[in-house]
Amino acid sequence: MSEAPEKPFRLLPRVTPTNEHFWRGGREGELRFLRCGPCREYVHPPAPRCPACLSKDLAPAAVSGLGTVHTFTLNHQQWVPSADHPYAIAVVALDEQSDLRLMSNVVHCPADSVHIGMRVRVVFENHDDDVWFPLFEPVDGAAQ
Amino acid sequence: MSEPMERRACITGIGQSQIGRRIGRDPLDLTLDACIAAIEDAGLTRDQIDGITTYPGAMGGAPGFTGAGVTEVQDALRLKLSWYTGALEQPGQLGAVVNACMAVACGLADHVLCFRSVWEATAQGSGKRSGIGLPSGGGGGGFRPSGTMEWSLPFRAYSAANWIALSAQRHFHEFGTTREQLAGIALNARRNAALNPNAIYRDPMSLDDYLAARMISTPLCLFDCDVPCDGATAMIVSRREVAGDLRRRPIGVEAVGTAIRGRPSWDQWDDLTTMALRDAGAMMWERTDLTPADVDVAELYDGFSFITLAWLEALGFCEKGEGGPFVEGGTRIALDGDLPLNTNGGQLSGGRLHGFGFLHEACVQLWGEGGERQVGGDPEVAVAAAGGGPLGGCLLLTGPR
Ligand SMILES: [Zn+2]
Repeated sequence: MSEAPEKPFRLLPRVTPTNEHFWRGGREGELRFLRCGPCREYVHPPAPRCPACLSKDLAPAAVSGLGTVHTFTLNHQQWVPSADHPYAIAVVALDEQSDLRLMSNVVHCPADSVHIGMRVRVVFENHDDDVWFPLFEPVDGAAQ
Repeated sequence: MSEPMERRACITGIGQSQIGRRIGRDPLDLTLDACIAAIEDAGLTRDQIDGITTYPGAMGGAPGFTGAGVTEVQDALRLKLSWYTGALEQPGQLGAVVNACMAVACGLADHVLCFRSVWEATAQGSGKRSGIGLPSGGGGGGFRPSGTMEWSLPFRAYSAANWIALSAQRHFHEFGTTREQLAGIALNARRNAALNPNAIYRDPMSLDDYLAARMISTPLCLFDCDVPCDGATAMIVSRREVAGDLRRRPIGVEAVGTAIRGRPSWDQWDDLTTMALRDAGAMMWERTDLTPADVDVAELYDGFSFITLAWLEALGFCEKGEGGPFVEGGTRIALDGDLPLNTNGGQLSGGRLHGFGFLHEACVQLWGEGGERQVGGDPEVAVAAAGGGPLGGCLLLTGPR
């Protein structure tokens, strides 16, 4: 079994009461989005009102964390010095709602195995016990 | 539709500063060179300029992204203004020129100075292009992204190169687009730049050179990314009724496209293969009886080569998804092709003048002043388009009359 690779450098987001459910949901192992009470729409990024029905009745709700790679890119450029180039940036479409999409990284697999249509599940990367980044790994057990 | 407002506007002069890599000159100095050149080109004096518009105006942000704001230029030239604006939040870089059209069409100004200046090459120094929000010393420096950047930078997507690569990869997936096809845009730009004495990269480039270049963010390689430069571009937008006695026969603004009908986001846009260009392009054709077949020359934003491909589709020069075959081999888009494209080398080889260079070159071509790179047959209709991702704006221009 290989050692878990060192966590790469990441810019930490500014955590606020508005987005805390998202950036710290991973502490409880949950990927959370705001969800509208009346019409059940998931809303991302967080907003004061539901964009579908304009209700203010929004509350964080956990999703399954399962999704599909909608598109991806393998970043080769060393914007920040790090040992894991190239790494995969992806837009992941969550299972719960067709337009519930998230830019993230696909990890725990060779970068060149990432492809559009790949089934993935959320995994969290904790930085400083402050932010739990929702990343994605293959569901087919390709992780080694 | 009643007559579109932009028919009451016209372009009466253009100007450009020295353009180069790391010129090391004061950015306001470059900006004024371009502005004064445009005023003189129109046959105006500065006391006749009563409006200014620019993109993005004075702001922080990436080093060298803006060379001057409205107030600096106004004060340096001691202009007496009836109207002015400078903003980042508008339909791409050329949204500033659309604003000028509106200002003259509704009588707020007679002659509007429009400018865009950059000094990214000097500002970035000898280092490589930096990512957004990353201090040059490395590390985060305590910077915490918020707003739209909150949803990309923490996932190590530090650059528009990454965001556009996501769109390009989806296009490759849905339509079978290939790197060999995309190369057509970069190679065409390089060929045309060889004929432009002001272009940055003028050495010949082959398909093999392109394919061997290092990857930046798949499927985009180094030659799919534009080249940062120092330089400024300006033009004068005048109201038709006051343009008749000027030095040049004015260039008409036939139609503008400024629409964005999807979510204003790099990653939340409904169809990533299109970007906001889709709506701007569609809107432009709704405002004119001309059609894509009438266009003699196209100057389409190439901050990344894929954006040009997307503009070709957005503007209806080919069907959606057919951009790859359209540019493959480069024959169709060459100076002597059906649709001469980015005739000055674009930003890929000419330099990243950030949007305004395309409108400048469209005017050069319509005035027949392209020199070695002049498109034959006296082009009468040109399109200039700028922006990518959630930014997009375009203008359809008609030849001098
Ligand atoms: Zn709702």
